[in-house]
Amino acid sequence: MTNNQFMFLVFSVVIVVFSLLTVTSRRILRAATFLLFVLVSTSGLYFLLRFNFLAAIQLTLYAGGIVVLIIFSILLTSHISEKLAVPPVTKRIYAAIAAIAGAVLCILTILQTQFVQKTLDPARVHIRTIGEGMLSTGKYGYALPFEVISVLLLAAMIGSIILAKKRKD
Amino acid sequence: MFEGVPVHWFLVLATTMFFIGIYGFLVRKNLITMLMSLELILNSVCINFVAFNKILFPEHLEGMFFTLFIIAVAAAEASVAIAIIINIYRRLVNIDVEKMNEMKY
Repeated sequence: MTNNQFMFLVFSVVIVVFSLLTVTSRRILRAATFLLFVLVSTSGLYFLLRFNFLAAIQLTLYAGGIVVLIIFSILLTSHISEKLAVPPVTKRIYAAIAAIAGAVLCILTILQTQFVQKTLDPARVHIRTIGEGMLSTGKYGYALPFEVISVLLLAAMIGSIILAKKRKD
Repeated sequence: MFEGVPVHWFLVLATTMFFIGIYGFLVRKNLITMLMSLELILNSVCINFVAFNKILFPEHLEGMFFTLFIIAVAAAEASVAIAIIINIYRRLVNIDVEKMNEMKY
């Protein structure tokens, strides 16, 4: 077993175990912490694939931004020692059947497909390539989605300020 | 083949994570925990994009750019969702989906 395989197995075990704990934990703050572990080990997978910039973005934006936002809203809306009610057994069984059936179908399809896999150079993506790709308008250039995303972020910011503001009446 | 790790491993891992997120979305009743299941689903899709980019089509960086855009959209979505959740909590004093059955307040 190579180093890459070993690290991949470690990250995937962490991801699967903590995702299960995220959706089953009865304390909501603990669920948010488990989600943080899942996101951090996903960024480990990106480091394994030599996408260093993407892994840093994942760490700062997901693990640093979104999880902190979720924890803030948990602290604002629920008591810290409150336990969530256990969902009824029939609901859990039906949801588990739906999820397992879908997962088995997808995994069987994936395992039967032959992909043309390339042996690649382990070089990192240079930050200059990313910047030029973001602002180029030619083929494999992403100037338009970049601008659309900036407008979307502005709209989301204004919208969430207006939504969360207190009414004066 | 990525130095011993075939692409199937990444795809199976992403599928497992995706359906764990689906399970959580179906079972949970609290809005914030449903949002967390949604983050799991988005994250598994990101893993798929990155693995396809690196292992199957390494010439260009399409999967990486789309993952960057997915992360940006996820941040916008989380901020708006949390604003809505706080607004609902202010009006109804709980955030259980089964108790929210009227749009008028």
